Amino acid sequence: MTPVSLPGEPVVDAALARAHGLTVDEHAAIERWLGRTPSFTELGVFSVMWSEHCSYKSSRKYLKMLPMNGPRVVGGPGENAGALDIGDGWVAVFKIESHNHPSFVEPYQGAATGVGGILRDIFTMGARPIASMNSLKFGALEHPRSRYLLSGVVAGIGGYGNCVGVPTVAGEVMFDPAYSSNILVNAFCLGLARREQLQSARARGVGNPVLYVGSATGRDGIHGASLLASAEFGEASASKRPTVQVGDPFTEKLLMEACLEAMQTGAIVAIQDMGAAGLASSSSEMASRGNVGIELALDQIPLREDLTPYEILLSESQERMLLVAENGREGELVAIFRKWDLNAVVIGRILREERWRTLWKGELVADIPARALTDAAPIYDRPANPPKADRGARRKTLPEFRPAPKAALRALLASPNVCSRRWIFRQYDSIVRSNTVVGPGGDAAVLRIKGTHRGLALKVDSNPRACALHPYLGTVSTVCEVVRNVACAGARPAGITNCLNYGNPERPEIMWQFVKGIEGLRDAALAFDIPVISGNVSFYNETEGRAIPPTPTIAAVGILEDVARHQRHYFTQPGDLILMIRTSAPSMVASEYEALFGSGSDEQWTIDLNRERRLVDGLVDGVERGLIRSAHDVAEGGAAVALAEACFNPRRALGAEVAKLESDAERFGEGPSTVIISAASHDLDEVRKVFEPLEVIILGRVTEIPRLRIVPGIDEDINDLLQIYEKALPLRLDSK
Amino acid sequence: MRWAVVRFPGSLDDDDAIYTVRDVLGQNASIVWHKNESLGDAECVVLPGGFSYGDYLRCGAIARFSPIMRSIAKFAADGGLVLGICNGFQILCEAHLLPGALTRNRSLSFVCETVTVRVENCHTPFTGSMRQGDLLRLPIKHGEGCYVAPEQELRQMEERGQVLLRYVDSDGHQSDRVSPNGSMSAIAGVANERFNVFGLMPHPEHAVEMMLGGNDGLKIFRSIAASVAG
Repeated sequence: MTPVSLPGEPVVDAALARAHGLTVDEHAAIERWLGRTPSFTELGVFSVMWSEHCSYKSSRKYLKMLPMNGPRVVGGPGENAGALDIGDGWVAVFKIESHNHPSFVEPYQGAATGVGGILRDIFTMGARPIASMNSLKFGALEHPRSRYLLSGVVAGIGGYGNCVGVPTVAGEVMFDPAYSSNILVNAFCLGLARREQLQSARARGVGNPVLYVGSATGRDGIHGASLLASAEFGEASASKRPTVQVGDPFTEKLLMEACLEAMQTGAIVAIQDMGAAGLASSSSEMASRGNVGIELALDQIPLREDLTPYEILLSESQERMLLVAENGREGELVAIFRKWDLNAVVIGRILREERWRTLWKGELVADIPARALTDAAPIYDRPANPPKADRGARRKTLPEFRPAPKAALRALLASPNVCSRRWIFRQYDSIVRSNTVVGPGGDAAVLRIKGTHRGLALKVDSNPRACALHPYLGTVSTVCEVVRNVACAGARPAGITNCLNYGNPERPEIMWQFVKGIEGLRDAALAFDIPVISGNVSFYNETEGRAIPPTPTIAAVGILEDVARHQRHYFTQPGDLILMIRTSAPSMVASEYEALFGSGSDEQWTIDLNRERRLVDGLVDGVERGLIRSAHDVAEGGAAVALAEACFNPRRALGAEVAKLESDAERFGEGPSTVIISAASHDLDEVRKVFEPLEVIILGRVTEIPRLRIVPGIDEDINDLLQIYEKALPLRLDSK
Repeated sequence: MRWAVVRFPGSLDDDDAIYTVRDVLGQNASIVWHKNESLGDAECVVLPGGFSYGDYLRCGAIARFSPIMRSIAKFAADGGLVLGICNGFQILCEAHLLPGALTRNRSLSFVCETVTVRVENCHTPFTGSMRQGDLLRLPIKHGEGCYVAPEQELRQMEERGQVLLRYVDSDGHQSDRVSPNGSMSAIAGVANERFNVFGLMPHPEHAVEMMLGGNDGLKIFRSIAASVAG
């Protein structure tokens, strides 16, 4: 029997293939795989499965370079996300993913479904999600559209995350004109599972029934993966709004609970969520991983409206899962989903023959070798060349006006890229599930693991300004920064996940940025000896030929053997020494100061990964041994801003009396890598040993009087600075 | 003492309530599925926080029709202790087991932060281990916590001492400015006329361990346990 197009469906020809985003060569390859012209349904399925978003066709060649193994890594490659053994029989599963394109087109739903999608990626592994983070990039906040997008994205993240009961514990947000036409919304989720409870996405067992569970299928999100996420934006982007999915967090919560309960039965052989490319992708990937075939009766699927097989397969309706049950035990599973008032329907069987077959009312509408949709999808070795013009040259502008240190500090604290994010994070439930030891507002979040002494620290970072100047070093510095943040809490970095956001990979200079980013990620991960356990690539973040700066977003997870020993970023004891440890001299290049005032600097960064590793190890050892009483990473705004933030102890403001920061570069410079810690005077010698051979610079002391004195030039009341810091976002956002 | 925590579809802080009672206080706690009709031998029933039924119609408006609610109404009528936290408070108002209603925060935004509340009446099973004027630091996290009631009813509630908790500043002073959600009279928690049903927007079950930021919430759970122990 040969698959057929149904009455009323268009004729499949070269023009239709092109309209589906397939190249001439890809169209020819499909005909070779099938030995015939595809049916309309088959063409649609190929077009989404071979889209950049689903197939990673431009990036797959390079992703293999990343170190993915290590003693803590559990589960083989090819599953939805990696898992890390964190001790006491627990594994942590985590992943970060982009939802950039949909969030730009429809910020609330785009961001909400981004959160929903990453949650499903985690609980499909058998892990209960316990924490979310996000990394957001918008255009300049002065632009009204940026404020609209920010409000919508934050409301969407909160609206979904708060309603499913997973706390949002940390994040980052940046405003830069480079993102005004392409915002970034990267969502992270971490879950915990007992090691033996980890689930597989590998279909097994010929004859095993295939179950569809969760929401009914509707028309939303069709071609989200291929047309929205795998192409640049142009003038007609608003017309792509129908390709954005609509989220229902209440159903997600039920689905999560029902799945976790169903997994306890042991009757689930394999399970995968229906994310990008929906049913087509989940079913073909599960079959392909297990070297089996699958047959689906599409007319059995619960529908919200009348749909064709083509639409059913490509729909990206949310809150749906596909699972393979042990033959004869499907009734047990159906009963659990019914208890939670969810659909659960047997829609197919596992086949011995490795084919992906779908039927519509008894008629065959698709019959494709399963691998053709997954592993055997095209891989491209796209040209990657550095841009001709050296972008560093544009940095050589001397500032017209160099502000006094005091004015610069105030301006930096009020900058949207530095100031308090409270306006954002107070809209997120950060405490549900009772694990949040350190929530938003600090460096890394810290969670305790109930029933153990252990804890986890997590953080997400990116450094697009540095990546724009130097895609390799910028990525290395991003990894260093995120790992250092986790270490500041006292956690030993254990694994990272990445979301690689770039422009159009068909342009050689974008592909070059991407390759340099992968190399940087690889080298830094190797230097810290930590695996990259999961990841996601988002290309085509580009509008009318203007790409975003290369933006690899990296999230790190670290382990605290004794969570009670964690440290925070702010000073706690008047009289403590304020100490600075750094791996290189601070630099104005790619700093927030430079963005505000210009810098006149065009020096090149260097990064010594051995010194970075020493800094991180010293932080972990110092906190573990109780020598370090606070540790704060110097980031946007430099040492002066970091010192001010360290004085903002929420119980009572403290002060700092500091010398040795005498130039603007010392006060406000960034670059790799500086940490400010506090310690008791009598521990100074031990602290020095911990960081050897790095120098420990004595900056000054923590004071009872809440003033920040950086001699010479800065002498400010901490409460005044705190007002500036806290009010900056509300003043910009609430007055409209 | 035996506690029951009701699990509605969309309950989120049910595990946290169980954790507080079982792991922190070392007492007996069971989850009661909303489709059940029996509360077993529970001595206090907790309606936890969350978004029951997604709060799609109006907070708590659908949950009040869950089968378990008939048992809870009877349990309350018989004098049993009922504690509604956040969404649980909303459900109790919708079910008319508590006066008044909870509407969208004046800011129109969800808000998650730690607030100070003042104990206004310590002669109840929920506040008996505290003193009048005691200040508690408790987290709130809600989008619809603005308490409203008709003026006359509010006056009667105040006279009878049904307002158990009020939002205040960190020094204990009441002002319109300190209410995080715009509640009338800065009301954070109210009891019924018999003082056996109590609803509050702050989350005492999220303030039970110093490591997580404070343990003032235990005072409410301990008051309940003490009153049951008699």
